[in-house]
Amino acid sequence: MTTIQPIAGENPDLAVLEKVRAGDASAYDALVRKYERQIFRIAQHITQNREDAEDVMQDAFVKAFEKLDQFQGNSKFYTWLVRIAVNESLMRLRKRRTGKLVSMDDEILTEEGSVPRDFADWAPNPEQNYNQAELAEILRKTIQGLPPGFRLVFVLRDVDGLSTEETAETLGLSIPAVKSRLLRARLQLRERLSRYFKRPADPPAKRS
Amino acid sequence: MTCTEFLAILDDVIDEVIPTETRSEIETHLRKCGHCEVVLDTTRKTIEIYRCHEIYELPAEVSERVHQAITVRCQKAR
Repeated sequence: MTTIQPIAGENPDLAVLEKVRAGDASAYDALVRKYERQIFRIAQHITQNREDAEDVMQDAFVKAFEKLDQFQGNSKFYTWLVRIAVNESLMRLRKRRTGKLVSMDDEILTEEGSVPRDFADWAPNPEQNYNQAELAEILRKTIQGLPPGFRLVFVLRDVDGLSTEETAETLGLSIPAVKSRLLRARLQLRERLSRYFKRPADPPAKRS
Repeated sequence: MTCTEFLAILDDVIDEVIPTETRSEIETHLRKCGHCEVVLDTTRKTIEIYRCHEIYELPAEVSERVHQAITVRCQKAR
């Protein structure tokens, strides 16, 4: 597994976008290279399917290119691109579910995990008790168990490093909704990871 | 401060956006409440683990394939 690089800067892509608009094809190539991993990750989190994530990645970058004139520069290019990728991912899911309406609000009504129940402390550096493949599987399985609306808020806010406001704008949610989902996502993930990472109980004292 | 009150501002504590006047109240609560201390530490650790480990690697061959397709489609779109 590689380390995730956060998206930095206020609006770091404006100069590159100017070159793209002026007809410099290699400039767009650079943007694709810069954001392909994040877009692939988001598409995977929504579609839960690698082929779909590949298609979404391709469609999202092409659509962004085609609609570049509509990008006003009021927000980051990245958040605009993510919004396109989220919509493409939802459309892809809808196709797979033969037209059934799919939204990021599915299963959002559950109260599960809102209150912590497991108070066991974790082992120091608990992830080191697993090899990379095992750890990746644990992290995947755990986050896939979250309702989609929680999962995506967590990924954008905590993994990609978007602000609360950017996450709200990207997903078309209110700021209180993002905050509420983020808290519940964090707590649910913590609760579920505790099963794997908690400090082993001390063995019972031997009787003399 | 009660555990419920602490939990309500847990995200602000993690994101370090707590007003100065509330900080000592939180520290006092955490000194007395082992459960809230564990919840804070392990929630921080949860975020750190997900931030530090890419769980959906983009394979190089997929990147190349998609990249070429994007280039071709963007050239047509011009």
